[in-house]
Amino acid sequence: MNSTLENINPRLYRKADEREVTANDEDEDIVDEFDAREIFDLIRNINDPEHPLTLEELNVVEQSLIEIDNKANTVRVMFTPTIPHCSMATLIGLSIRVQLLRVLPSRFKVNVEITPGTHMSETAVNKQLADKERIAAALENSHLLEVVNQCVRMKS
Amino acid sequence: MQAIKLVDNFSTCTLKSVEMGTLELKQTLTGHRGRVWNVCWHPKGTYLASCGEDKTIIIWGSQDTKWAVKTILTEGHTRTIREIAWSPCGNYIASASFDATTAVWDKKSGQFECNATLEGHENEVKSVSWACSGQLLATCSRDKSVWIWEVNDDEYECAAVINAHTQDVKKVRWHPNEEIVASASYDNTVKIFKEDAADNDWSCMATLSSHTSTVWSLAWDKSGNRIATCSDDQTVKIWQEYKPGNEPGIVTTNNESVWKCVCTISGYHTRTIYDIDWCKTTGLLVTACGDDIIRIFKEDGDCDPHQPTFTMVCSMDTAHSQDVNTVQWNPTVPGQLASASDDGSVKIWFYNE
Repeated sequence: MNSTLENINPRLYRKADEREVTANDEDEDIVDEFDAREIFDLIRNINDPEHPLTLEELNVVEQSLIEIDNKANTVRVMFTPTIPHCSMATLIGLSIRVQLLRVLPSRFKVNVEITPGTHMSETAVNKQLADKERIAAALENSHLLEVVNQCVRMKS
Repeated sequence: MQAIKLVDNFSTCTLKSVEMGTLELKQTLTGHRGRVWNVCWHPKGTYLASCGEDKTIIIWGSQDTKWAVKTILTEGHTRTIREIAWSPCGNYIASASFDATTAVWDKKSGQFECNATLEGHENEVKSVSWACSGQLLATCSRDKSVWIWEVNDDEYECAAVINAHTQDVKKVRWHPNEEIVASASYDNTVKIFKEDAADNDWSCMATLSSHTSTVWSLAWDKSGNRIATCSDDQTVKIWQEYKPGNEPGIVTTNNESVWKCVCTISGYHTRTIYDIDWCKTTGLLVTACGDDIIRIFKEDGDCDPHQPTFTMVCSMDTAHSQDVNTVQWNPTVPGQLASASDDGSVKIWFYNE
């Protein structure tokens, strides 16, 4: 398995601290809207398809690359492949998309895109990730679904 | 005196752009589990079929002005049913599925049964369409091909495999009166095919290039001289056929028609436009969009047919609570239309001018 790794020695990044609970979080009368940190917490622990590391540890996802608009019901996540020719880019994007589709309320429109300038086939991967018909067909493929579920599954 | 004249001009301009119609929700039909991909009216307008990720086809019928489930067709497919199409005679339904097959259902036994399964595509079948004669079927797939099937006494024989597109083919639609078929693709183009009388080969007679992303759907107008297309690039385009010897003098070669984009409707849709339909009776265009909105467009009465302009006459916000996947005008009841969505519902609407 090790000999087939594309990125043999990925750079590791420090993990973010736990979200701080503020007084407002405990107040039932205050509407608690989704924010970028909350979206980040939903995807930071997705596993990389080839390393026993999370997308956060590899800096594939960052809180600063998440945009959310509660009023417009839109979420935009940019992710950064570890190397510019990473063949796992589509699978990583698919895992992020599946996780958000499963966890967020259905009112949200989710866009998952490669951070501009960080992948050779950026346009092609983005187009595929935006095509909900192809995503739907991919998720009916039991082998692929199993791989995605392995990425999304939280480590106990 | 001059000032008064200016005001007059201004008032005639504003009057023209505000004739908005209303879209009235008549009924919400629930019955599917999960996303509904497509709806199709029976040619007489009295039945509606719908299909989706639950692998079933529901046939809805109208009773005392209310729509209710007539039949549920199951076990024809092992994966999502992406699209269904009634035959022009109304006796058959074809269904295109992600399981790589197309099924043809008939009512010979008294109830709808799947009596033919068309196999051959390598992966998901995305769309299916019957020619006006009912003697030809077209299917298209993620395998990039368009297949033409000949119908002879309930036998279906593949007449052609057309590999003209370079990517996933999303939609096939036959010309309203002739044996000409158009296909829309993930390769951003629409292609038009017809059979060459000399060698019985199906070949591409035109490639319509202008969209900058996936073309999800297309609709012919009543005459078959125009096509409307909709895309992931958030625009609708109107294409006009120019036959050899056409009046405006558009150059044609090899005695073949050329198709030109004569209008781009942009700035209205905020996400992918998944479907479009052109009403054969009223001439109105309707679109289904990923921003949950159904929009209706009308061609301006006084515009140059070679440079037409369209005005949005209706925009129904949150027509559904999720992406609208399909819209279709009733072929016999002007103003009536059906839509379906990721939210699992089918809706029946009426457009009042």
